[in-house]
Amino acid sequence: MAEVRHIEFKETAARLAEAAPPPVSSPSGQGTDELKGEKMVLNVGPSHPATHGVLRIVLELDGEIITGARPEVGYLHRGDEKIAENFTYTQFVPYTDRLDYLAPLANNVAYALAVEKLLGIDRHLTPRCQFIRVICCELARISSHLLGVGCYAMDCGAMTVFLHTFTEREKIYNLCESLTGARFTTAYTRIGGLSRDLPPGWVEQCRQFLNEVVVNIDETETFLTRNRIFVDRTQGVGVIPKDVAIDYGLTGPNLRGSGVEHDLRKAHPYLVYDQLKFEVPVGTTGDCYDRYLVRMEEMRQSVRLVHQCLDQLPGGPINVPDGKIVLPPKDRVLTRMEELIHHFINVTQGVNAPPGEIYFGHENPKGELGFYINSKGGGTPHRLKIRSPSFVNLSILSWLLPGHMLSDLVAVLGSFDFVMGECDR
Amino acid sequence: MTALELAQQLRAKFPGLISEPVEFREEITLKVSDAERIPEVCAVAKKELGFDYLVDITSVDNYGDDPRFTIIYHLYGYSHLCWLRLKAEVSEEKGEMPTVTGVWRTADWHEREIYDMMGIRFRGHPDLRRILMWEGYPYFPLRKDFPLAGKASDVPEVAFTNAAPLEGGPFVTIAGGKDTVAREPRVRIPDTETVETNARLERRQDIKEAHGHSHGPGPIEKKK
Repeated sequence: MAEVRHIEFKETAARLAEAAPPPVSSPSGQGTDELKGEKMVLNVGPSHPATHGVLRIVLELDGEIITGARPEVGYLHRGDEKIAENFTYTQFVPYTDRLDYLAPLANNVAYALAVEKLLGIDRHLTPRCQFIRVICCELARISSHLLGVGCYAMDCGAMTVFLHTFTEREKIYNLCESLTGARFTTAYTRIGGLSRDLPPGWVEQCRQFLNEVVVNIDETETFLTRNRIFVDRTQGVGVIPKDVAIDYGLTGPNLRGSGVEHDLRKAHPYLVYDQLKFEVPVGTTGDCYDRYLVRMEEMRQSVRLVHQCLDQLPGGPINVPDGKIVLPPKDRVLTRMEELIHHFINVTQGVNAPPGEIYFGHENPKGELGFYINSKGGGTPHRLKIRSPSFVNLSILSWLLPGHMLSDLVAVLGSFDFVMGECDR
Repeated sequence: MTALELAQQLRAKFPGLISEPVEFREEITLKVSDAERIPEVCAVAKKELGFDYLVDITSVDNYGDDPRFTIIYHLYGYSHLCWLRLKAEVSEEKGEMPTVTGVWRTADWHEREIYDMMGIRFRGHPDLRRILMWEGYPYFPLRKDFPLAGKASDVPEVAFTNAAPLEGGPFVTIAGGKDTVAREPRVRIPDTETVETNARLERRQDIKEAHGHSHGPGPIEKKK
């Protein structure tokens, strides 16, 4: 691990004492109770523009200073883990779109890799499939960060950036549409492969998009990185020291903003990440501004990764050649007995997974998206747990918010870039 | 240092408490025979073996077995980049084990989620409330005896009073049924052998009672 600067930041109680010094006792001999302001309870959300979804935070305020914060989640709970126990592995793929709905392709890949790890085929995927999956993950990362940065700027009062990045995101959705047939609900991966190959001309479209998005990222930087208002609102606000970030289990850009150089793509390379060149950006002070800078740089690295994948994209099949895992081609199903049986068993009973348990962590745009699968054999999991990054990242709020001004709330929330669909599952 | 070596070191510190490491898909699992000593084991794993990041805590319901619940801890160390899985079992009668919030602060929400979904209480937790479901919800939905379609409740103010607000819940595929209703039932109740389609049949019954016919508004009377 690279050397990191240790960040000094006080614990909640010390910060509060500093932010709101206790009133001195009055000279007239009156009790201090009269002079003490009453604490006010403010309910933010569940539907509030700055909470990006349905997050509710119950704040306790002393004047303008936050003295206590209690995040309440669960307004978007749909019981995905319960549903997974009743579905075959392939049937659950569309549900992963709805976790982090700003990066559905990355969720599809994460889930497929988890099931493939259980089956023991995650190292035996076809090369073309692996490269296409990396392209999917990185496009999803660019899309998610463009939205994250755009919304963050809007929270801090810069409307232009939001519209500017959204124009670019629209192009990613067009690419998704021609690739998967859907703009948001992609359901692109299958266990052991992909639902379809790249359409003709897609590589050129993608290259053109990459050339355009680099310009857009540079322009976004000129809007924000040296913008006095933006810098004043984000620098030194919401500082998370390295040890606290680890203690609270932060992952993704939020962890790297605090100076921990850890990226699952580098530390435990899956797919073909070990063959590709990219850097992992880290912050130095752990404040909101650093988390923003990390996201900006990650987008550039993603562009670099997609360029390399398009250059090296091999030919060949996209699915593993095993009829017991992937559906056989339709023309063979209609003409041959064995393929017909495979098709029938695959659809009605699902892939036959061995008994056992695995955990697979995937570097999603928001952090570590992990799937824990407990199998007793057969086509459905006995238990499937989704370790979602937004859920864990939000748990630090009750530690982080006290001591900040109320107006810093939106700056801190925006810098976390969370998605409630994934938090509440 | 590999995960297996770290697992052996942890095992050596607690003789008789931790089982032989099990390896599956390059992942190491250790079973702690006494759930009461989990915080102790975790503290040693964090302080002496560098497992400074608690990835996840989760629970599994082994319905029909004793002890019924398994609690699973996923540990990770940023200094050695190794994962380790710890498991402990909790019986249904006890339904309680000590918290590890004193070791990692991130355990707070994970333990609340397990309490919410499986109904296992964590002794010493600073704020053990429901997290995903709402206050006052009467059931623990991830338990295996909780049906997919939901459960009726007699507390109309806090929970649905009818099962399956979506008219039967999602489809469940079971191969080998005699007709499509049996092959793709909407509700699977783990206790019963027969697969029932309660919600859909009930709804059909309601329509029949209202209109005298289950499909559409009823037979058209001939004009005289």
